[in-house]
Amino acid sequence: MTYIAKPKFHHPSLKKNELGYTHRDYEGKISTLCAGCGHDSITASIIEACYELSIEPHRVAKISGIGCSSKTPDYFLGNSHGFNSVHGRMPSVLTGANLANRDLIYLGVSGDGDSASIGFGQFAHSIRRGVNMTYIVENNGVYGLTKGQFSATADRGSKSKKGVTNTDNAIDLVAIALQLGATFVARSFSGDKTQLVPLIAAAIRHKGASFIDVISPCIAFNNHAGSTKSFDYVREHNDAVNRLDVLVGRDPIAVDYAPGTVQMVEQHDGSKIALRKIDADYDPHDRLGAQTFLARHAAKGQIVTGLLYVDPDAEDLHEHLNTVETPLNTLEADTLCPGSAVLDKINASLR
Amino acid sequence: MKPTDIAAPDYFHKVVDCQWACPAHTPVPEYIRLIAQGRYSDAYMINWKSNVFPGILGRTCDRPCEPACRRGRVEETPVAICRLKRVAADFKDDIKQRLPKPTAKNGKRVAFVGGGPASLTVARDLAPLGYHCTVFDGDPEAGGMMRTQIPKFRLPNSVIDEETGYILGLGVEFKGGQRIESMKALLAEKYDAIFVGSGAPRGRELDIPGRKEAAANIHIGIEWLANVSFGHVDKIGKRVIVLGGGNTAMDCCRTARRLGGEEVKVVVRSGFEEMKASPWEKEDALHEDIPILNFMVPVAFVHDNGKLTGITFQKVKAEYDAKGRRNLVPSGEPDQTIACDDVLVAVGQENAFPWIEQDCGIEFDKWHMPKVDPKTFVSTNPKVFFGGDAAFGPKNIIWAVSHGHDAALSIHKMLSGEDITERPLPDVQVSSQKMGIHEWSYDNDISIDKRYKVPHRDKVVALKDIRTEVELGYDVKLALGEAERCLNCDVQTVFSTSLCIECDACADICPMDCITFTANGEEDDLRQRLKAPSAHPDQDLYVSSDLKTGRVMVKDEDVCLHCGLCAERCPTGAWDMQKYFIEMTHAGSTCPTRSRSAA
Repeated sequence: MTYIAKPKFHHPSLKKNELGYTHRDYEGKISTLCAGCGHDSITASIIEACYELSIEPHRVAKISGIGCSSKTPDYFLGNSHGFNSVHGRMPSVLTGANLANRDLIYLGVSGDGDSASIGFGQFAHSIRRGVNMTYIVENNGVYGLTKGQFSATADRGSKSKKGVTNTDNAIDLVAIALQLGATFVARSFSGDKTQLVPLIAAAIRHKGASFIDVISPCIAFNNHAGSTKSFDYVREHNDAVNRLDVLVGRDPIAVDYAPGTVQMVEQHDGSKIALRKIDADYDPHDRLGAQTFLARHAAKGQIVTGLLYVDPDAEDLHEHLNTVETPLNTLEADTLCPGSAVLDKINASLR
Repeated sequence: MKPTDIAAPDYFHKVVDCQWACPAHTPVPEYIRLIAQGRYSDAYMINWKSNVFPGILGRTCDRPCEPACRRGRVEETPVAICRLKRVAADFKDDIKQRLPKPTAKNGKRVAFVGGGPASLTVARDLAPLGYHCTVFDGDPEAGGMMRTQIPKFRLPNSVIDEETGYILGLGVEFKGGQRIESMKALLAEKYDAIFVGSGAPRGRELDIPGRKEAAANIHIGIEWLANVSFGHVDKIGKRVIVLGGGNTAMDCCRTARRLGGEEVKVVVRSGFEEMKASPWEKEDALHEDIPILNFMVPVAFVHDNGKLTGITFQKVKAEYDAKGRRNLVPSGEPDQTIACDDVLVAVGQENAFPWIEQDCGIEFDKWHMPKVDPKTFVSTNPKVFFGGDAAFGPKNIIWAVSHGHDAALSIHKMLSGEDITERPLPDVQVSSQKMGIHEWSYDNDISIDKRYKVPHRDKVVALKDIRTEVELGYDVKLALGEAERCLNCDVQTVFSTSLCIECDACADICPMDCITFTANGEEDDLRQRLKAPSAHPDQDLYVSSDLKTGRVMVKDEDVCLHCGLCAERCPTGAWDMQKYFIEMTHAGSTCPTRSRSAA
């Protein structure tokens, strides 16, 4: 780890966003992860996305579990709310927080161990319920903190650093998320910020359960020949279906791509996603098609990246439960406890 | 762009902005680190080797290094490089044992005209090689303008004595009080080489009505300063006007304040901002209650039967033509007469060579300046060399030192039978500073302290005695704080393309957004695509060869803090922090030797 704090000086002509913040204002503490960790690039991408969206840091709650990935919320948005929960329990803590205060932006940060092993059930249920959140899995295929054993997302047949071949089948979290009804599903690569930053921005603007699986090479234990999550392997097998630009507010939309190659997706809050198609036939509104596409390419050893599925009109858990508009934590006592007359009325209706 | 050739000595030299800007190319960050470590003598010797007069320059240098300092592009003010140099001089131990020992004479004799900084630098370089050096000066003591023109409250005699003494102690013969009146006669004495370092000794006249009539109270600035320096003048009228906006004018007005001038004013033709004086010297004058009036052109000395009573000024304003050139035009306001008892004219200096006869083989140009080769400093007479103000007109001490080193090299080569136009390359060493996984041999934790003020003596006390030094210099604690502000720009970020796996860690951590991985292109195009805007196109881009993905690494050297975080966060060691040490070649080291670096 690095001993010195990142110097406070920044580039003198750094641009400021609508709030007057530079991207440096969205940083947290200096990373204690290994040098070159893919997770640090994801951290940088989250910083960039929040800066570009001019998000007020105090409006964000970042919640994580245990693992290398779950340490990263310390490294971004130093002025946001944070909760480092028990291993694999990020989704239920996030769900609870979201129910109590629906006004915050929820960033769930997890890893392949945290979400595909110990917290697999938690992951499944938060997606299934449609909690309004951005769920990011920093997926490196190994247990880095315990020195590189295969995790549940490691591909069958891939080799560990010591040369042992993985004989277990891999869990593809993207496929599961699609199946469980996530309304924004994407995969990206820590080494490709031009794709990742707008994906995170779009996911934050999405209302409903957004899930992003980010392949993030583990420099210490999973960046060798024979690994399917190394920089070289991912770069060679990356099959991006689209690239996107997120357009927020009244910015004039100047799209200079060839006609037919750009698809505009308007999200619930009025923000737009300009999707530049790379695979012309790929339709990100077709859940079933996405699942098939994913399975077919996985069989060929290709890693499909991009915005794989989005439902711009999605509902979230609060709509399902018909909760009040006001966050529960700001409801006054007389609203929460309307008195015995109301209780009598309810009791009478149940007789 | 083509991959950057970091093996070219100039590439990394330019990154060390201060050293690059210094005419003598003093290794600034190296000596600042030594000051931070308390190794003042070592810091002094690095300076002594490079700029010969650390104690003098630490008080008086024009500091071309400071406007260049990278810190000034990162925050408001550069590192106080000049005053740190003085710290080295103030706190060093006895360094006499470290000076070159007088060697056996080689039988060759070199004569020097003038005993100022240029001549003394040449003598310093040549004496240890065995040359018999004889320095002639009209003044009784060595130092030239450093002794005569710089007031003692800025530069005490003790400092001049010490540092000229180190040079004379190398076996240099000093003949004080012997002004050379004839080049022909000097040539006839059959010296093997002659170096002319006679400065720009004549103050420019101001020929306006009343000059002759009121002459008794109109003084030429540098002559008056010299007279003060030698004690010939010890008082001046109560109301004094100083004409001119350069550093000599600042010395004149502050000196006048100490000799009885109660109402001292500086009047300049230009605007306050465009004055030639260094900003800090203007500040010091203002601090001593000396107003600086601008946009006023003197048109006549007013006198009452030969007794000066004042000066009449025309008021002007600046107008700029289409080419951006400034013209001073009358503003239309009525002329103003300011009453005064004495006037000090400090409107410039000129060279004067009445003592060089026409048939000496030394040609002069149409401006009456000797024709001097700007690299070798030889005149049209192959045995006669010029340097300092005598070569190219008035500059300052550090330029004189730089000329002196180059001239000494030429003289040594000539007298060794070598071609003086062949200039040896500087000695360059580049070495990794890695000590451990995240440990470097230098302090890479960036201080965010603002520039420390140099303590001054109380104004009332300072103004009472002309020989009381105004600046007290940093104490050890302040010096350490100021030294910590240095960004160690000589510890270079060195990139190895073959080791890079393009993980982006360096680009993510860089606090200044200096590093970009992108497709290659022409420089103008690349500068548009950097992570942070490129504000200074004069600062180089460091471009790698093609990486695995076909992209290149581009680093804008402009505001790099040299914090080493790119190297700390690099998993493969593709980035390394390597100290670049460049030593200019002086006489006697024509074949660069592998000398051990100090840190």
